[in-house]
Amino acid sequence: MAIWLTKDSKVIVQGMTGSEGSKHTRRMLAAGTNVVGGVNPRKAGQKVDFDGTELPVFASVADAMAETGADVTVIFVPPQFTKAAVVEAIDAAIPLAVVITEGVPVHDTAAFWAYNLAQGERTRIIGPNCPGIASPGASNAGIIPADITGSGRIGLVSKSGTLTYQMMYELRDIGFSTCVGIGGDPIIGTTHIDALKAFEADPETDAIVMIGEIGGDAEERAAEFIKANVTKPVVGYIAGFTAPPGKTMGHAGAIISGSAGTAEAKQAALEAVGVKVGKTPTETARLMREIMSGS
Amino acid sequence: MDLYEYQGRDLFERHGLPVLAGGVATTPEEARAIAERLGGRVVVKAQVKVGGRGKAGGVKLAEGPDEAVARATDILGMDIKGHTVHKVMITVTADVAEEYYFSYLLDRANRTFLCIASVAGGMDIEQVAAETPDRVVKAPIDANVGVDEAKAREIVSAAGFPAEVAEQVVEVAVGLWQAFVAEDATLVEVNPLAKNGDGRMLLLDAKITLDENAAFRHPDHEALVDQASVDPLEQAAKEKDLNYVKLDGEVGIIGNGAGLVMSTLDVVAYAGERHGNVKPANFLDIGGGASAAVMANGLEIVLSDPSVKSVFVNVFGGITACDAVANGIVQALALLEQRGEQVTKPLVVRLDGNNAEAGRAILDDANNPLIQRVDTMDGAAERAAELAAAGV
Repeated sequence: MAIWLTKDSKVIVQGMTGSEGSKHTRRMLAAGTNVVGGVNPRKAGQKVDFDGTELPVFASVADAMAETGADVTVIFVPPQFTKAAVVEAIDAAIPLAVVITEGVPVHDTAAFWAYNLAQGERTRIIGPNCPGIASPGASNAGIIPADITGSGRIGLVSKSGTLTYQMMYELRDIGFSTCVGIGGDPIIGTTHIDALKAFEADPETDAIVMIGEIGGDAEERAAEFIKANVTKPVVGYIAGFTAPPGKTMGHAGAIISGSAGTAEAKQAALEAVGVKVGKTPTETARLMREIMSGS
Repeated sequence: MDLYEYQGRDLFERHGLPVLAGGVATTPEEARAIAERLGGRVVVKAQVKVGGRGKAGGVKLAEGPDEAVARATDILGMDIKGHTVHKVMITVTADVAEEYYFSYLLDRANRTFLCIASVAGGMDIEQVAAETPDRVVKAPIDANVGVDEAKAREIVSAAGFPAEVAEQVVEVAVGLWQAFVAEDATLVEVNPLAKNGDGRMLLLDAKITLDENAAFRHPDHEALVDQASVDPLEQAAKEKDLNYVKLDGEVGIIGNGAGLVMSTLDVVAYAGERHGNVKPANFLDIGGGASAAVMANGLEIVLSDPSVKSVFVNVFGGITACDAVANGIVQALALLEQRGEQVTKPLVVRLDGNNAEAGRAILDDANNPLIQRVDTMDGAAERAAELAAAGV
């Protein structure tokens, strides 16, 4: 069954006719995703060919949903237009919006998140600045490479793209129910806690890998949540032990300010609630392997 | 991007907020000109992005232009907690009767903005919050509603500002919010927000952080970057659109994806504990598409750091295929030789993921004595640390 994205999900792409959007629409289709169309008001009514699959372009998310029954949108529009694209998706009350775009101003993210809350949180937003979500063998919404691993019973939630891929690769023989890249921005629509909650409730997930990185206190809050609510085994990995304070490490959110946000604090919080934390991605994979072979 | 106090003062002034008249000087003579323009007694303040400059002797009073020159001479070039003072701000003096605290910032945990206000200003707000939490008001701000007069009154009343300044603080609160939004700031902190002897409000200090993701709608923010304090390698990397951060170490790092590169730094540091305590020399994320040109630019930056003794190229082929990355590395070395660079430092390369086998074969066929292939991340980190320790 996986979480949030299944083989029955009908996916549209906002920005499908742009270079990134078209490249990844082709990849999503190749991965077996049921992509049903794209959105671009200036090209509405046209059709775009993806290696023999003709996809219609709609004027708006609402139109696309009405015509196709789409329930997932993947957003590839440039940062200047991302806020408007997400607001449009929220207005259409689409259940899942995956925002891939990198470099979105945080005031824009704060604004569309507040707007989503004001509308009753009908839309789950993943991202921005994330690789998306993949339920291997079923569907792939975003830019996560589809051929790293097959389906299995591990759930994965991660702030980082390539570390997600690395972990999927390390555990490819066991496989994953769903892999969610939540993104490394200071404000994100879906948190570690949201994913932990969903994996805990998912009958097809037996254990969870959680990948965090320096900055903020999301991992500490996730630890509190695990203590109170998660019965499935969780293995953690935190990147950035050796990052110096005050330097942003690639992700806008990955910065240690003052004493908050250090990798040590996150590791300690997770270990205090019984989460095994690996020192390296490989060691983390080994910890998960032990859990999966023991159960 | 964090601003200097003088840049914050200028920004507040542009947004019509009450600040002290002043200017910034890089030489004692410039300090004289400003002091002459301002007239009377002035304050000379070191411009460094670190706290505690008053205690370090970086803030001095001066009676007129001659003393301003003397104080500026003392302070310019001073070292404050590892930061050299290149600029001083000169302002008129304030006759401070009361000191308050006011800020807007990003609240990551609650995914919104926060206003923090207190009548106990002038000192460390975290200390005030820890010792007397009832004297600090934290009010969430809806990003789509913002701070209007009604919201500002709510905050001012909750924080217990005295009645005689309440209306002025409301005005400052609204104006400061408008500046926060207009400039795409993630922090504006005023400490102290002061009541002058004549009862007027003044924003006496400014701590401002601007969102670099919003640079596309603020062409003027580029001018706020302090070129003198930017590491030359970081500057060169930025000009080539590379995400590079200089660190103090011996193992050059190149990888794809911020998280993987951060993780690579950690793994190399752990390996370094077994090899002469060598450390990662930099963070460099070459992003998704690692073409030969991008790889060459990355290698050029990393190798031009004289403290680098070995380089670890750690790539997980996700969307990018490893054979393309391997070709990129081989071509990059050739390209660097064409540019006249003498590459002598060993490269440890780890390729995994999409088309890893083909990529590894390309590296083997290239038969370049500088390239060492190790197929696990931990193993490659170990080898890179070992080589760096041997080369130190």
